[in-house]
Amino acid sequence: MTETSAAWSLFGRLTWDSLAILHQPILLWTFVVVALLGAGIVGVVSYYRLWGWLWREWFTSVDHKKIGIMYIILGIVMLLRGFSDALMMRLQQALAFGASQGYLDAHHYDQIFTAHGTIMIFFVAIPLIVGIVNYVMPLQIGARDVAFPFLNSLSLWLTVAGALLVMVSLFVGEFSRAGWLNYVPVANIQNSPDTGPDYYLWALQIAGVGTTLSAINMVTTIIRMRAPGMTLMKMPVFTWTALCSNVLAIAIFPVLTAAFALLMLDRYAGMNFFTNDLGGSPMMYWNLVWVWGHPEVYVLVLPVFGMYSEITSTFCGKRLFGYSSMVYATVVITILSYLVWLHHFFTMGSGANVNSFFGIATMVIAIPTGAKIFNWLFTMYRGRIRFELPMMWVVAFMITFVVGGMTGVLLAVPPADFVLHNSLFLVAHFHNVIIGGVVFGLFAGMTYWFPKAFGFRLEPFWGKVSFWGWVIGYWVAWTPIYIVGLMGTTRRVRHFDDPELRIWFVIAGIGALIILVGILAFVIQIAVSIRNRKALRDATGDPWDGRTLEWSTASPPPDYNFAFTPVIHDLDAWYDMKCRGAQRPATGYLPIHMPRNTGAGVILSGLALVLGFAMVWYIWWLAALAGAGLLVVAIAHTFNYDRDYFIAPEQVARTERAAEA
Amino acid sequence: MTSFTPTEGVAAPPVFYQIEEEGQGHAGGGTLLGFWIYLMSDALIFATLFATFGVLGRNVAGGPGPQQLFDLHIVAVNTAILLVSALTCGLSMIALQGGKVRVVQLWLVVTALLGIAFVAIELQEFAHMVAEGATPRRSAYLSAFFTLVGTHGLHVTFGVLWIAVMLLQIRQRGLHPDNRRRLLCLSMFWHFLDVIWIGVFTFVYLLGVLR
Amino acid sequence: MTDHVHDDAAEAAHFTLRTYLTGFIAAAALTAAAFWIVMARTFSARVSAVLVVTLAIAQIIVQTRAFLHVNARAQGGWILIAYVFTAVLLLIGVGGSLWIMYHLNSNMMPGMMGDPMNPTP
Repeated sequence: MTETSAAWSLFGRLTWDSLAILHQPILLWTFVVVALLGAGIVGVVSYYRLWGWLWREWFTSVDHKKIGIMYIILGIVMLLRGFSDALMMRLQQALAFGASQGYLDAHHYDQIFTAHGTIMIFFVAIPLIVGIVNYVMPLQIGARDVAFPFLNSLSLWLTVAGALLVMVSLFVGEFSRAGWLNYVPVANIQNSPDTGPDYYLWALQIAGVGTTLSAINMVTTIIRMRAPGMTLMKMPVFTWTALCSNVLAIAIFPVLTAAFALLMLDRYAGMNFFTNDLGGSPMMYWNLVWVWGHPEVYVLVLPVFGMYSEITSTFCGKRLFGYSSMVYATVVITILSYLVWLHHFFTMGSGANVNSFFGIATMVIAIPTGAKIFNWLFTMYRGRIRFELPMMWVVAFMITFVVGGMTGVLLAVPPADFVLHNSLFLVAHFHNVIIGGVVFGLFAGMTYWFPKAFGFRLEPFWGKVSFWGWVIGYWVAWTPIYIVGLMGTTRRVRHFDDPELRIWFVIAGIGALIILVGILAFVIQIAVSIRNRKALRDATGDPWDGRTLEWSTASPPPDYNFAFTPVIHDLDAWYDMKCRGAQRPATGYLPIHMPRNTGAGVILSGLALVLGFAMVWYIWWLAALAGAGLLVVAIAHTFNYDRDYFIAPEQVARTERAAEA
Repeated sequence: MTSFTPTEGVAAPPVFYQIEEEGQGHAGGGTLLGFWIYLMSDALIFATLFATFGVLGRNVAGGPGPQQLFDLHIVAVNTAILLVSALTCGLSMIALQGGKVRVVQLWLVVTALLGIAFVAIELQEFAHMVAEGATPRRSAYLSAFFTLVGTHGLHVTFGVLWIAVMLLQIRQRGLHPDNRRRLLCLSMFWHFLDVIWIGVFTFVYLLGVLR
Repeated sequence: MTDHVHDDAAEAAHFTLRTYLTGFIAAAALTAAAFWIVMARTFSARVSAVLVVTLAIAQIIVQTRAFLHVNARAQGGWILIAYVFTAVLLLIGVGGSLWIMYHLNSNMMPGMMGDPMNPTP
């Protein structure tokens, strides 16, 4: 007994049994594939001696453009993981009828749907949005970087640390089975004494710190670092939506942080916040996480609305219709989104008065959103529309998202929600708005801004394959789910008895496979575009005839973005410059003040990862060490006063001339 | 900002690029605003803890409640200590404004000592409660109490640690511009904690005893 | 780098001994009054509660202005906007949560409070 308890304290509760790959063939094969892929990448990087370059140019970079690209790479990689979870669920639900139990037992199915949601929201949607905002927004406001470049790097790596913790949970131990919000009472220590909820909580607390810091960074940047002449009402719409989205993020992540901290105290210290006895209230957990959860979806969708605005006005050759109303609608949505959270638990029993208030508020939010749709339509009206790929995504969004919005308004009616709560109709609704809104927008944005970041366009053919795969795939996959939801089918169920439902799940499975074609085509598109980059090259910096400042720089922009800070006179500043024949000065360069690269972000996040892992497995000595390390490194970093340098004017001149060539 | 006035007349064309290096677009002027926004996010963490305390505030599960547990004399002393420390922190900032390094250091030390006294008294209060069986595990009320008050105390502890680091950095580089900026943030943080304490002593202690 | 910190320090309100001392004395008085009301049991519990909360709000305002130097001019007004916005969020979040949880508790935890036959609407 003493031997085991000694081993217990050195490795906590980590044992050989915890290595899940030793028990499940699926996991073993997944691990083998991942390990081979990883080894392959490590091999290639080592062969070409790129480690130094990677560390110096990318990992330690504090440049918002590089950080943005790394966020997007993270999001795409995690999309592949999250979508694999989706395919597994579709397959299970198509198979498991009557006598057949499918191939996933409840223990694993529950982890898969939990991981799917957690990954898609926290490690796909958030990084992709943050990545695009990071890349584009400073360029749009004529700034050279964000307000706090080091914090930007730290935020990125904290998010990576969270993602890694979730990925590790696939092979070592178990993930949570309590849904993407880690619901109590399932996540209480008595019901889930395993590592599941702990992995979830630590991964998201670590990533959550990153997201909160990033949001503070973006808001400060937009408030303080706009080019002279760019008043708030002359900012591009995308910058407005970035501002509102990040303000909302600052408003809500502290609530989630606190709620998760309280659950951690319950699990680790035996406290009674959300327990069923000694005065705890599980319902309070639901209340708190949804105070976060509802505004979160607006944090995701607002920047995407901004992307649609930029793309629509560019590809219709017209100023965006109703700029002021767009701004007001965005602000109204931001405020209203903080007033609707109870609609996620109408059925929990708060009664008619409370339900009515939140139901009405939820319906009201459809109004400013509708105003935006009309503004985009009026922008297209009498415009010279070019149906390049980004514009195609906009049209697909308008058609798809509106349906999702309407089912949302239906669900907002409490009596209707009493029938539909936690049915597959609900699941179809939120996938409708997230895929039709956020995902389509992210592809639109990535396609639109890719040439700016890399100097060559994305190959259109594979882009169109990806587009149709996603759009057709979405409709084929999710329409049947609306139908079975209306018929009364509950969510998060891995086996059904009614054979009449089966056809719908089979169709949904086919839809998922069509989406898979879309995803693979996207990956192929990137590979093919890199291979054909000379043919797809854009030397102008402005391949789409854009209207905002990012298109005034070279593609890719120099490290410092702007040799001379632009001066703004009107909305659509770049369009204004083009109309009035603005010339970038070719002489008179001055030294440019730049922040130095630093490895502190990577190191701190690595320590956070170790801390999280150690706490999950109760390896207290390691956790204490990592925690102390975090404190020491953070304080030591503050003793470094040598954080910046100047780019000499001659260097600037050379860079500018090379870009012109 | 002399070179950007847009002109409507025919005489001079509009200026689209700023020739003089003004400092716009520099990462460096936003620290106070950024730190303030961080404090607002911290306020929302406390808001959540207050909300939880409000919801769970009656759930004593048959165990001890505020009337049994709190000695308002101790709370009054602690409140006074924290309030005085807010004043001494302010005196430090006035000295900073005047560029008087020694005075800055002196008042920072006093502030830190008061902070340490505050936390020490609080820890003693906690130990006393635990000894009487009023542990955080005993009831939801006690979990909420210890977490809310403990989180505030943890923040004060970090503040003391920050003061220690600042004293070191002032000794090394005097009132370097970076140090000035950090001291301004530190004083914002310290005063913020005193504002939070108003909420704590009112809603946790005073209203608790009144029930 | 230097001019920006100058910006920050210059923009930061001019600290005067007078402001701090006035704030300190006012805060001390408000605190003493609150403690006295509760400890001396001069008023009923309900009245005391209202008074004590009012004194707290007053002191928060005093400290915000005297110690935190929040005014409409700092950082182009953004300090005040952020402060007010946070206060609004706090009211919605805390108030909303208390309202919701009161209803949930009385409807769904009938043993603890409320009457299951007469649910709180």
